[in-house]
Amino acid sequence: MKKDVPWVMRTYSGHSTAQASNELYRLNLRKGQTGLSVAFDLPTQTGYDSDHPLARGEVGKVGVPVCHIGDMEMLFAGIPLGQTNTSMTINATAAWLLALYIATAERQGVDPKVLQGTTQNDILKEYLSRGTYIFPPEPSLRLISDTITYTVAHVPKWNPVNVCSYHLQEAGATPVQEIAYALCSAIAILDTVRTSGRLSAGEFAEAVGRISFFVNSGIRFIEEICKLRAFGQLWDELTRDRYGVTDPKLRRFRYGVQVNSLGLTEAQPENNIPRIVLEALGVTLSKNARCRAMQLPAWNEALGLPRPWDQQWSLRIQQILAYETDILEYDDIFDGSRVIEEKTDEIKRAAWAEVERVMELGGVIAALDYIKERLVASHTERVRRINSGEQVVVGVNKFTETAPSPLYTGDSSVILKVDEAAERDQIARLHAFRAARNQAEVTVALAALRDAAVSGANIMPASIRCAHAGVTTGEWSQTLREVFGEFRAPTGIGGVAVARGAEGPIAAQLEALRARVRRIADTLGRPLKVLIGKPGLDGHSNGAEQIAVWCRDAGMEVVYEGIRLTPEQIVTSARDEGVHLIGLSILSGSHLRLVPAILAGLKGEGLDHIPVVVGGIIPEDDAEQLRHAGVARVYTPKDFEMVRILSDMVDVAEAAAAHL
Amino acid sequence: MTARRYPLEISSLLRFERQAIAAAVNLLEDRRPEYQEQARTLLDNLAPLPALAHVVGITGPPGVGKSSLISRLIALALQTGKRLGVVAVDPSSKVSGGALLGDRGRMHVPPRAPIFVRSFAARDRLGGLSREAFSAVFLLRHLCDVVLVETVGVGQSETDIAHVADTVVLVVQPFSGDLLQFIKAGVMEVPDILVVNKADDAALARKAVAEVTAALSLERQSWARPVLAVSATTNLHIDALDAAIAAHYHDLRTANVLDARRAKQMTEWAVSEVRYELGRVGLAALGGSAGVQALWTHQPGAWGALRRLAAVLSRVEYRVAGEM
Repeated sequence: MKKDVPWVMRTYSGHSTAQASNELYRLNLRKGQTGLSVAFDLPTQTGYDSDHPLARGEVGKVGVPVCHIGDMEMLFAGIPLGQTNTSMTINATAAWLLALYIATAERQGVDPKVLQGTTQNDILKEYLSRGTYIFPPEPSLRLISDTITYTVAHVPKWNPVNVCSYHLQEAGATPVQEIAYALCSAIAILDTVRTSGRLSAGEFAEAVGRISFFVNSGIRFIEEICKLRAFGQLWDELTRDRYGVTDPKLRRFRYGVQVNSLGLTEAQPENNIPRIVLEALGVTLSKNARCRAMQLPAWNEALGLPRPWDQQWSLRIQQILAYETDILEYDDIFDGSRVIEEKTDEIKRAAWAEVERVMELGGVIAALDYIKERLVASHTERVRRINSGEQVVVGVNKFTETAPSPLYTGDSSVILKVDEAAERDQIARLHAFRAARNQAEVTVALAALRDAAVSGANIMPASIRCAHAGVTTGEWSQTLREVFGEFRAPTGIGGVAVARGAEGPIAAQLEALRARVRRIADTLGRPLKVLIGKPGLDGHSNGAEQIAVWCRDAGMEVVYEGIRLTPEQIVTSARDEGVHLIGLSILSGSHLRLVPAILAGLKGEGLDHIPVVVGGIIPEDDAEQLRHAGVARVYTPKDFEMVRILSDMVDVAEAAAAHL
Repeated sequence: MTARRYPLEISSLLRFERQAIAAAVNLLEDRRPEYQEQARTLLDNLAPLPALAHVVGITGPPGVGKSSLISRLIALALQTGKRLGVVAVDPSSKVSGGALLGDRGRMHVPPRAPIFVRSFAARDRLGGLSREAFSAVFLLRHLCDVVLVETVGVGQSETDIAHVADTVVLVVQPFSGDLLQFIKAGVMEVPDILVVNKADDAALARKAVAEVTAALSLERQSWARPVLAVSATTNLHIDALDAAIAAHYHDLRTANVLDARRAKQMTEWAVSEVRYELGRVGLAALGGSAGVQALWTHQPGAWGALRRLAAVLSRVEYRVAGEM
C-alpha cells in the first residue's frame, strides 16, 4: 500500500504589519511549513482602514492589517504565489482580499489560473459566533456566490468558500450541531449559486467540488473521528441527492482543521500540549476522514498571543505525526469496526434530523435566532458541567495541585507583545499610499464597483480593478455598505436559562446568590442593574453571553447590546440605563486602549462612581495596569467558576453603592 | 443612610441634559421612602408644565421586529431635529426575577443625538409596563417631542400601553397565527394603527394585510384604522408608517379628544398610585376615582400630599401593630 501524502501544514499567523508578518511567514516556510494561513486584524476583517476611529487599538493585534495592494505586495514579498498554498481567514471582506491577492499575483507575473488556496468566506458562522460580519444575509450570500462563480471560471484551483463548523464548536456546539449547522450553511450558499443561474450544470458540479470545510476537533477524539466520518457521508449524500452531482470525486468531503481552542486552559498551560496532540489524532487517524490541511493552536493561547517558538512547537506536533509515526502507512484502520460504525450512524441520524428542523424553519437565515439560541444553550450547559465537576478539566476542576512550573511563572514573558508603534507605522504608510495614488482612477474604479453592486453584476472584476487602482479596504467596504446596508446579528441569550435543569450545588449556590441580589435591591432602592458591554471590533461573544445569562439567572436586570460598540456608546448606555455596574469583555488584546477610553468617558459624564469590571485574555501585567487605572476587577480564563465571579461582581456593586 | 440629593433641576431636564434625565428616572424608580418623597416633589413640579410629546406605543408579540422598527422611526425623527425618548420593556423571569434587556442593541442610538433610551424589566407586570416605566413615560412626556414606548404583547398586556400612549401601534408578522390570539383576547380594540412587518414578499404581505383588515372589521371605531405592510430590515414603507402615526396625532388634536384621553390616563395613573400607597380603603376615603380626578386636576402638590399621607398611614399601621 502506498503511503498517504501528508496534509498541508500551516500556522494561523500574522500580526503588527505586513512587513513583520512577511518575515514570520518566510521563517515558518523555512521550518517546514507547507502552506500559509493568514490572520487579518479586526479592522481588515470588518472593512475599516487602519486610521478609522473604530480601528483604534485594534490595528495589527489579532492579525495583519491589509489596507491596499501595497500592503498585500509587502505581505507576500519574496514568496512566489504560483507555488504557495495560502489560506486566508477572511469573510465579510473576502471578495476584496481575494481581489487584492489576484492583483498581487498578476503583479508578480503569475497567472491566476495556477493560484492555490482558500478564502474562508463563510458569513453565516460570523452571525452565529465569530462576529466579523458587515452586510445583511442576502447581499452577503450574493458576494459569496460571486466569488464562487468567478473562481470556477478564472481561478479554478481556488477553494472560494471554507464552510466553517470550527467556530460553532468554539461557541459551544455539540458534534451533531456542528455538522448540522455547517451543512445548512453550505446549502444556503449552494442554493444561492444555483439560483444565480450563472453556471451551467457542469460548472455547478465543479463549484460543488470546490466547496471545502473548516472543522474543529475536540478532546473526545473517538467521537470526533466518528463525527468526521458522518460529516463526509452526509456531504456525499447531500451533494448527490440535492444537487445531482454524479461524479463521486466532486462529492468528496474536503476539510481543513484547526483543533479546539475552547478547551485550552490558562491553569497549568503545559497540559494543553497533550490535548492538542490528541485532538490532532482525531483528524488524522482515520484515512477516510483525514484532513487536507491542519493548523494547531499554541500551548499558551489562553494566556495571550503566542510567540514564534510557541507556534513552532505546534508545527513540530504535525511533523512528528506525519513523518515519525506510521499513521500514513495504512488504509482506514476503523473500517469494519462495529463500534465506530454505530457511533457514526447515531451522529449522522441526529445531525440530519437537525438539518431538517432548520430547513422546516425556512433555512439557515430564517433560523438564525433559533440556531444562535441553541448554541448559547449548549455552551451554557458546558459551562454548567465544568462548574459542577461533571466534566473534568485536568488542572482546572480536578488535580489542581501542582509543582512550580519552570515554563510559566504567571508573568507576561511567555507571550508575544505587539509593538504599539506598529499602528502608527501602518497609518503613516496608509497616508503615504493614499497621497501617492492616482485619485481619478480610484474614483472611476469605485464608481464601477458601486454600479456592479447595484446592478447585480459579479463583484469580482470591479474589485480587482479597484485593487490595481489603489482603492483601500475601507473605501471598498464603505461603497458596499452604502448599497447593501449593515446588519446586527441576534444575541441568542433571550431564551436560555442556567437554572433550567441545574441541580445540586450549582442550583443551591445560584439560589443563595438570588436571595442576596434581592436583598441588595432594598439597599439600592431598585433591582441591581448591570451593563455587559463588548467594546471594539472583537466578535467573540461567548464570555459576554455567558455572563449576561448567568447574571439574569442570578436575578439581575441585564442590559446587553451585542458586539462591536464604541466606548462612547457604552458610556451613553450606562448613563441612560442607570446601571450599578459595568462588565466589559475583550478578547482581541486591545483592552489597554478601550478600557481607559471608557473610564475617561464615564468620568466626563460624571459617572465615575459606577464600578467597572473587565473579563478577557488579559496578561497579569496588563491586569495590574487596568486595576491601577480604576478597574475594580479583572477576570481571565482561569476564573471559570461562574457563581464565584457573579458573587464577586455583587460585592463590587454593593461596595460602590455604600460610597454614594 | 441619609438621602443623597440627586442633582436635579427642572431647568436641566427641560434643556434635555441626559445626565439629569437619567438621574430623574433613577429617582422615580427608587423605592426607598426618602427618595420616594423627592420623586413625588419632582412630579408635582412637572405637573403644571405642558406635556408636549406625542406618546407612541409599539406593541406586539416577541420576534416581530418591534425594536428594529423603532430604530427606523428614531432615524426619521432625528432627521427633523426632534427630541426623542424611548422606553423599552422586556419581560422578567418568573424564576429568578432577573431580566435581559436587549432591545437597545437592536436600535441605532447615536450617542450625541438628542435621544434618551431607557430599558425596563416588566417585573411583576408580565409583558406590560411596571410602575416605574409608567412614571418614566409621564416624565419624558414633558421633555421630548416624541416618546416611543415598546412593550412585549403576549395577548393581554397590550392594554397596558393604552394607559400611557396617545397612539398605539400593533405590530404583527405574516402568518404567525397571533391574530386569532389577539381577537380572542379582545386586543384588537386597542391599536390605532396596525403594522405587518417583514413584508418584503409583496404577495404574502397583501394576504397578511387582508387577514388583519378582516380581523379589524369585527370591531367598530371612529378613526379608520390603517393597516400597513412594512419592512424594518429593508426600510420599506417606514415613511408611510411615520406619516400614519403623525396623522393619528393630528386627528386626536383636531377632534379634541387628546386632552380627554390624557386626562383619563392621568386619573387612571393617579388612582393606581393611590391604591398602591393607601390601598382600597384609602382610595375610597379620597372619594374614589372621581375624588382622585378632582384632587389631581385642581390641587397643586397632589403627589407630595399622597406621599405624606402614605407616610402618616405607615406610622398608624405601626402603632396598631404595637397594640396587638
